[in-house]
Amino acid sequence: MNLAQFLAGRLAKGIVVLFAIAVLNFFLIRAAPGDPAQVLAGEAGAADEQLLIQLRERFGLDQPLLTQLWVYLKGYLTFDLGFSYRQQQSVLSLILDRLPATLLLTGAAFIVSLGLGTLMGALAARRAGRWQDSVITTLALVFYATPLFWVALMSQIVFSLKLGLVPNVGYESIGANYTGLARALDIASHLVLPALTLGLFFTALYARMMRASMLEVAGADFVKTARAKGLAPGLVSRRHVARNAILPVVTLAGLQAGQLVGGAVLTETVFAWPGIGRLMFDALVQRDYSVLLGVFFMSSAMVVGFNILTDIVYRLADPRIEAVS
Amino acid sequence: MSFLKRFARNRGALIGLTILVVVILFAIIAPQLYPQSPWRTVARPFLAPFVMDRFPLGTDTLGRDIASGLAHGARVSLTIGLVSTLVALLIGVPLGAIAGYAGGIVDDALMRFTEFFQTIPSFALAIVLVAILQPKLGSIVLAIGVVSWPPVARLVRGEVLSLKTREYVQAAITIGQPTARIIWSQVLPNTIAPIIVMGSLMIGSAILLESSLSFLGLGDPNLMSWGYMVGAGRTRLLDAWWISFFPGVAIFLTVLALNLAGEGLNDALNPRLARGRE
Repeated sequence: MNLAQFLAGRLAKGIVVLFAIAVLNFFLIRAAPGDPAQVLAGEAGAADEQLLIQLRERFGLDQPLLTQLWVYLKGYLTFDLGFSYRQQQSVLSLILDRLPATLLLTGAAFIVSLGLGTLMGALAARRAGRWQDSVITTLALVFYATPLFWVALMSQIVFSLKLGLVPNVGYESIGANYTGLARALDIASHLVLPALTLGLFFTALYARMMRASMLEVAGADFVKTARAKGLAPGLVSRRHVARNAILPVVTLAGLQAGQLVGGAVLTETVFAWPGIGRLMFDALVQRDYSVLLGVFFMSSAMVVGFNILTDIVYRLADPRIEAVS
Repeated sequence: MSFLKRFARNRGALIGLTILVVVILFAIIAPQLYPQSPWRTVARPFLAPFVMDRFPLGTDTLGRDIASGLAHGARVSLTIGLVSTLVALLIGVPLGAIAGYAGGIVDDALMRFTEFFQTIPSFALAIVLVAILQPKLGSIVLAIGVVSWPPVARLVRGEVLSLKTREYVQAAITIGQPTARIIWSQVLPNTIAPIIVMGSLMIGSAILLESSLSFLGLGDPNLMSWGYMVGAGRTRLLDAWWISFFPGVAIFLTVLALNLAGEGLNDALNPRLARGRE
């Protein structure tokens, strides 16, 4: 299978997933208590009659269920994710406004957790059984059990309110009007805490996986050969062990990226980060179901896209994958 | 070596089990210890911890006793963690068993279905489900169960795939036992150990998920929960840190204990695997 064929296959699969989520959304609207028109209006019971009639007409809510489904799916096909009557804006434009901030946050958290996690895991494996290993595995265990939203709040108290090292909330300093590099640095300083806390759980996960993977590869024949021919231990673990051990970790990390998008809801809520997670929280508070389902669809789309991306990177990084698939 | 001995050799598992027993006891005696509703205002708001003996952990923004909230919250967290894990097992085990045993097109279809649920960001799905079905105990349990079953299905499928080629299963087929009975009495009993281990680890994730949901305001409004308590103290973080701090510690300790005990269980049930890890 060449890359183009592979890509086409993955894209088709991704589209099927997104189609299924659109169908799921359709039924979720009907599962909400009350009339679907009121659910779409997002103001349970308080929407004016005129709007409800309009909505019933637009979504054919007096038509058979299958027709309704078709009307709904047609919306998704034309990139129409609905309209937020609360915010008087289309859901898509609301999401697109917030998307860059979320991509920045989840991207940073992904890189931090993968980098830090594999590094910690590799170190623990090289010092297996010694105190460095105990410290790292204990840390991983602790990170693994810590509630994300709580550690976000606590780091807010310690690092920004008490120590004043980094800004407390937000995306950039309001009213500072920085441009160019100064603005980038400003945003980066706001990014530190959200990205670290969002990545914490995954750092633990990747550290544990990397440690296990390193120990497994370390027993392989080619590693014994490398040692037997007298290569320095450090070189063996860097060149031979780590390189092979990191592959399964990266695969799983790619699959896990979706959970990162979900976790962003908590981080963005705590840090008032203006991304789609925060949008989801606001929609939740206002019971604005159109936005809620729109964000749900969009975050799934992000996951699908991300999975395809990691697959491509992975195939480029390790040619053996192509031979297998 | 007996199961108990193997479990006891793991120091982490013992620590985990001890914490867990304390939390469970705390949850059981909560109604006797704090007979009043944890929602009641009992003292002045923002009472600092360790100041008054009657309220060792202080009070929250509305003058509610934090220690009482923790005790009642323990019941909620443990119950939701346990029940939603059971729901996930109830979905995942049959699906995985059928997929693994039937093979072919059934296996393909069921695995696609599982993959679909694994692709969807699980926390976002849980939020949407609870918001749409309204935050109630039932919908929270259902939502957590719905997002947690895929790994169970994959695990059971893998186990069943390897078990169904064993001789005793082939023998059962040869003597004409009905398929349902073969799966139930020959195959599934041998998958119990890994299911128990996975289940015990899932309870911890379920508790984390539940606390995250109630932190966002998606908890059952009639039940005091740890996540809700952390969220309630959010606005007064700087001058009243304890309101958010103690419930978070409770979540952390409980989840940590469950993970430690789960790993100990894993080592005790798979002794060969455990030795290989060291």
